[in-house]
Amino acid sequence: MTMRRAEPRRKKRRMNELLERALFRPYAALMTLVEVVIDPIQRLIGQRRMGYFFVLPNLLVFGIFILFPMLLNFYYGFTAGNSILPQNREFVGTANLEALFNCTDFANPNTCQHDRFWRAVGNTSGFVVFQVGIMVIFALITALALNRDIRARGFFRGVFFYPVLLSPVVVALIWKWMLQPEGIFNGVLVSTGLERMDFLTDPTQARLWVIIVSVWAQMGFHTLILLAGLQSIPKELYEAAWMDGAGAWRSFRSVTLPLLMPTMVVVLVLSLIRAVQVFDQVYVLTTGGPGTATLYMVQYIFQTAFDRRDFGVAAAASLVLAVVLLFLTLFQLRLGRTSEIA
Amino acid sequence: MNKRFAFAVLVIVALIAMALPISAQGDVVELHITWYDDGTEGAVLRDLLDRFEAEHPNIKVVIDTVAYADLHTLLQAQVETGEAPDMARITFPARFLGNYLDLTPYVADPQYWLDNIPEAVLGSMQADAEDTGIYGYPTQFTVTGPFINVTLFEQAGVEIPADDATWEEWVAAATAVSEALSDSETTIYPVAIDRTGHRFWGPSLSRCATYINEDGTFTVDTPGFRSTAEMIIGWHNDGLMPADVWGGSAGNYVPAAPYFIGGQLVLYMSGSWQVGNFATNIGDLFDWKVIPNPSGDCGATGVPGGALTVAFADTEHPEEVGMVMDYLFSEDVIAEFYARTLFLPGHLGLIEKGVAYESNAEALNAFASMIPNLMPEAYALQYHPKGPDLNTAIRDRLSQVIAGEMTLDEAIERIQADMDALFAAASS
Repeated sequence: MTMRRAEPRRKKRRMNELLERALFRPYAALMTLVEVVIDPIQRLIGQRRMGYFFVLPNLLVFGIFILFPMLLNFYYGFTAGNSILPQNREFVGTANLEALFNCTDFANPNTCQHDRFWRAVGNTSGFVVFQVGIMVIFALITALALNRDIRARGFFRGVFFYPVLLSPVVVALIWKWMLQPEGIFNGVLVSTGLERMDFLTDPTQARLWVIIVSVWAQMGFHTLILLAGLQSIPKELYEAAWMDGAGAWRSFRSVTLPLLMPTMVVVLVLSLIRAVQVFDQVYVLTTGGPGTATLYMVQYIFQTAFDRRDFGVAAAASLVLAVVLLFLTLFQLRLGRTSEIA
Repeated sequence: MNKRFAFAVLVIVALIAMALPISAQGDVVELHITWYDDGTEGAVLRDLLDRFEAEHPNIKVVIDTVAYADLHTLLQAQVETGEAPDMARITFPARFLGNYLDLTPYVADPQYWLDNIPEAVLGSMQADAEDTGIYGYPTQFTVTGPFINVTLFEQAGVEIPADDATWEEWVAAATAVSEALSDSETTIYPVAIDRTGHRFWGPSLSRCATYINEDGTFTVDTPGFRSTAEMIIGWHNDGLMPADVWGGSAGNYVPAAPYFIGGQLVLYMSGSWQVGNFATNIGDLFDWKVIPNPSGDCGATGVPGGALTVAFADTEHPEEVGMVMDYLFSEDVIAEFYARTLFLPGHLGLIEKGVAYESNAEALNAFASMIPNLMPEAYALQYHPKGPDLNTAIRDRLSQVIAGEMTLDEAIERIQADMDALFAAASS
């Protein structure tokens, strides 16, 4: 009997020993090795400065792949020529920026030296206003609907979020396939006796469809953020409002909107920044056409640099875009602080 | 102790085994050729190089295939940093002038090269008029020209116009075919031209446009340019051409080939490189053929083009590069390359003798027969250092006119201003 009882205990002990050998000893060896490296460094720079040592790898990656190209781009903005190497480029001061802003009438891009830049600025402004406006409104409506106790709520949440998981290129290709002259949309129109439509070859329609496609593709993400915001509002507030005789609209206006405002600000600023940077989806869908109807800032910069090899003007245009994005980011920070205080 | 000894022996054996291939490869020269593929030419080149490597075990040629869109930008960065590949297939020789390797001392018979490379092509790689170097050879020659869907003409009962017909006569006949065959569900477009200034040049030169001034700068506004631009804009206004080719893009080359392959296009202005594409994708679905370039008041010309394989001066192995280039441009090898890739020959001897194409010989020979009739200005435009910029400017500005963003007058003014700015920047 005693032998039988002792057997499992022995097995357990053996397992523990094996585990120790397999996991703990290598772990201990690794830690000793780390200590061998870290200890002298800590003695050298002091414990208080060890934080800098740990963020150094990340800082290096940031410096090499973000900060250095940014500085290089800043320098390129003040140079001219077709050479890629900075040392072979001629320093021209603010000539590129002056050329970009050389317009007789800013309302008419044809009077500007770089008319395509101003067309891109106009198109991007229009896109930002309409795309962000429509998307935020639709995301809010969808979030409000999905926050209710409706049937198959999980399914509908999945349906609205699904496009976010798709690559922008895939989204654009799917829609291009549907909107092309021989696509499924025109097929339906023709089969019902209607005339074909120029979805992507008529400037106004192309602008409209670019907005529709990007709203479809991105709305799910913003809906999710707003939904999280809605679910953080305590139900007791609605019950109290209901007891005070408030209807649905009043509850929305007096409870939902004020408490959702910080989340709305985040959604608004995030979508604003993303809209200003619009490129991949539109490039695949329309490549900026027809004419320059859907030519936006990032595509203008890309084409000026790599198709026309005018790196100086492209860099100057990207500096202008950077200022706009900087302004939007500061705006977000300020609003964030204001809402925190509130 | 025994275990330690065995372990030490194993480590030494492993180190020797790792070092062996390095020392064995020590005598092998590895050359790199930067390449892009439109079709099967990369595979054909690999096959030809495998044979070369079998005969020259001390030379290994690696083909680095890149996307055409990135090719010239990548090469420019490599050339500027002194890291250019040994060889490359390019289409804009003017971009790297002064950086090519003169093959004259490295090829067996330089006179063979001089005798068989067209003068304009040879000149396109030379830095100036005094430069007599040999820097590469034509990988392919292309000519712009139109195709027609013969089956559609037959179905519509419309007679195919004569070989010397004008653009107006061809478009009238194609419109008659379209009107006879289109219905509410199927649109047959009469005519389409690829979205590129390069395709525009041929018709405009035939209609008496002149571009290049005596000092090498451009003048855009000529009656020939205007009438050709008005013709193409008119095709869009009248719905004769698919709107999405020129109207649906803002910065890219767009071919109208899908419409022709789909049997929805009567007359398609493109070029010889489409023959292989049509052979593969149309097959027996319908009959098509190459027609001569339509006539204008000044003649009927297409525009040459194509790709060159060049050697770069940065190479550390000029002799081996010379051997590879000599092999690839030898008459038998280049003839096989052209025959298998269905490329028009850029080799003067083979232009004269003809190439035994594996298929579609009729269409390819129709294009080859256009080569002697190409206007000198067509060559001059193609190989002008600012030719690609003029091409882009024409494409983008006319697209803006088609989209209603500017008038033709404004577009011409813009193209001229863009070109003047380029020449001014170059001279400063």
